[in-house]
Amino acid sequence: MEPIRVHSGLVYPLNRANVDTDQIIPKQFLKRIERQGFGQFLFYHWRFDEEGEKRDSFTMNKEKYNDASILVAGDNFGCGSSREHAPWAILDYGFKVVIAPSFADIFYNNCVKNGILPVRLTEDETQAIIKKAEHEKLKLTVDLEKQLVVGEKEFNFNFDISDYHKQMLLNGWDEIAVTLTNEDKITAYEQRQQITG
Amino acid sequence: MTQPKTIIEKIWNNHIVHQEPGKPDLLYIDLHLIHEVTSPQAFEGLRMKGRKVRRPELTFATMDHNVPTKQRHIIKDEVSKKQMHTLKENCEEFGVPLADIDHPDQGIVHVIGPELGLTQPGKTIVCGDSHTSTHGAFGALAFGIGTSEVEHVLSTQTLGQAPPKTLEVKVNGKLGTGVTAKDLILAVIAKYGVRFGTGYVIEYTGEAVRNLSMEERMTVCNMSIEAGARAGLISPDDTTIEYLRGRRHVPDGEAFDEAAEKWRALATDEGASYDATVEINADEVEPQVTWGTNPSMCIPVSANVPDPASQEKDYEQDAVERALSYMGLEANQPIDSVEIEHVFIGSCTNSRLSDLKKAAEIVRGRKVHDKVTALVVPGSKTVKEQAEAEGLDVIFKTAGFEWRDAGCSMCLAMNDDIVPPGERCASTSNRNFEGRQGNGARTHLVSPEMAAAAALEGHFVDVRKYTNTAVNR
Repeated sequence: MEPIRVHSGLVYPLNRANVDTDQIIPKQFLKRIERQGFGQFLFYHWRFDEEGEKRDSFTMNKEKYNDASILVAGDNFGCGSSREHAPWAILDYGFKVVIAPSFADIFYNNCVKNGILPVRLTEDETQAIIKKAEHEKLKLTVDLEKQLVVGEKEFNFNFDISDYHKQMLLNGWDEIAVTLTNEDKITAYEQRQQITG
Repeated sequence: MTQPKTIIEKIWNNHIVHQEPGKPDLLYIDLHLIHEVTSPQAFEGLRMKGRKVRRPELTFATMDHNVPTKQRHIIKDEVSKKQMHTLKENCEEFGVPLADIDHPDQGIVHVIGPELGLTQPGKTIVCGDSHTSTHGAFGALAFGIGTSEVEHVLSTQTLGQAPPKTLEVKVNGKLGTGVTAKDLILAVIAKYGVRFGTGYVIEYTGEAVRNLSMEERMTVCNMSIEAGARAGLISPDDTTIEYLRGRRHVPDGEAFDEAAEKWRALATDEGASYDATVEINADEVEPQVTWGTNPSMCIPVSANVPDPASQEKDYEQDAVERALSYMGLEANQPIDSVEIEHVFIGSCTNSRLSDLKKAAEIVRGRKVHDKVTALVVPGSKTVKEQAEAEGLDVIFKTAGFEWRDAGCSMCLAMNDDIVPPGERCASTSNRNFEGRQGNGARTHLVSPEMAAAAALEGHFVDVRKYTNTAVNR
């Protein structure tokens, strides 16, 4: 996966809480056996009507958000299904960072494993960004090393991330390769537990 | 004396392969369940790196999400067909046991694991499916994972995990007649919300939980993820042990008694403490119906749909308004006035033999309402056979239900079992998200008994009207 250190980009504000992974990528698109190409289906039924035409009512379709690469949303983002197709779709569409007051556990892990930086800010900080980005083009810089979200004129917010997740994202590690450096310990565990193939 | 521990800490400690400061614990995984939707990219990842499956014998695959529930072998969707075929090829290539569409063990992955005795107390169990929490009913630590994690487990039989916080959900007192395990878990989520379990593993305790059968416990643990908890479990007891006795993958004879002894010892110690505890009184729980687009948007069948105006914050008002609009409901409307066109009895939440029996008791000798299309989809081939041996199929079919083959079916509508746009379904499944049962479909989550009663009357109705008489019949 691609390492991520500092990312600057435009914000798309999605002021909804409890956005579930069924909305991020509906089930009819889970049948594909590839990892790529899911961006076109992101928020499919919110973006498109029954005829496949863009819905004017959904703000993501506004031209000013076309180049957005930072998604800012409400509480409990990515709840529901464990489908990794959700972060695949988000990344493939062009988002590198997702900011929310909280994330569902499985979704958060899935992001980290795909090089998407999930940033937890407070409810007030998130709302401040959303309100601003709803009215104007808002550019933010997210610095993973310093754990900072900074705007051009305003906003200077710290965020927490576990050191392990931080290193994973900064280095773009292949986690399986990391685990396999401890293969002797896995084998030793299996011998202790008498697990034999 | 050693410090009293919860079952969560005991299972965790038993599975630590490696610990290092600043890193997640590396946990050994005892059972890895696989299905066709979340595994193809993981197998492809192995192939690209020349990796193998470390423990194929601890891995078990089935097909459930895409499978047709009638005309079993006519899969019109080429992409679905390819995904199922890919699972078969991957299982052959990597030596993973597979219960495919023709296999007698086929069924929903969270129904067949327990049925075959693969699910056992004290195990760590994962699957690329958020409803893996179901297996926690046995006192296993079971949680859903993403596809990258599936690949990690296939390759290493381990998973790096930060130790979870522990959350006790204590259910005091007894559930009333006609009030089910489904109503209980819906009421818990309605009370505490869709994210109170985030970052926690839940242990369900208390008198009402102890009184639940194993299949009822599975219903409760299944929906832990709808509260945000990746895993929810129940300490093993006699109920657990008797359910496991004689199952195919469970030891027998003396070995069973030895295993049972170990399982009992896993139960949370007297005096163990949790990071948090919430409580609910079982006798206050009524039959529940969801009105909105997440499982916490749920009310007793006697109640009215909420009013956006009564919400505190503007985005909460907005969420209620949006949910009502999607659901085609009006504020303050009595939920039992809501008419339905579809009934779905099935899914990993409520498709086991006891679920079907309870629904059949309501349906027996009665007729499905004229304008309702009603489906029963048993959770596995085995459940289907057992139900037919007891004549449940005849009861359902005589009443006007369709009696289908095993699979996930209308819970998420990846096969042809789809609720059309704008139509309404009383469903025994676990998610009422927008579009879950079909684009534009409106889902109301209920118990199998409530779904059966709604099928008869064409709208929601307090099932206790039927259960109270059913006792006398």
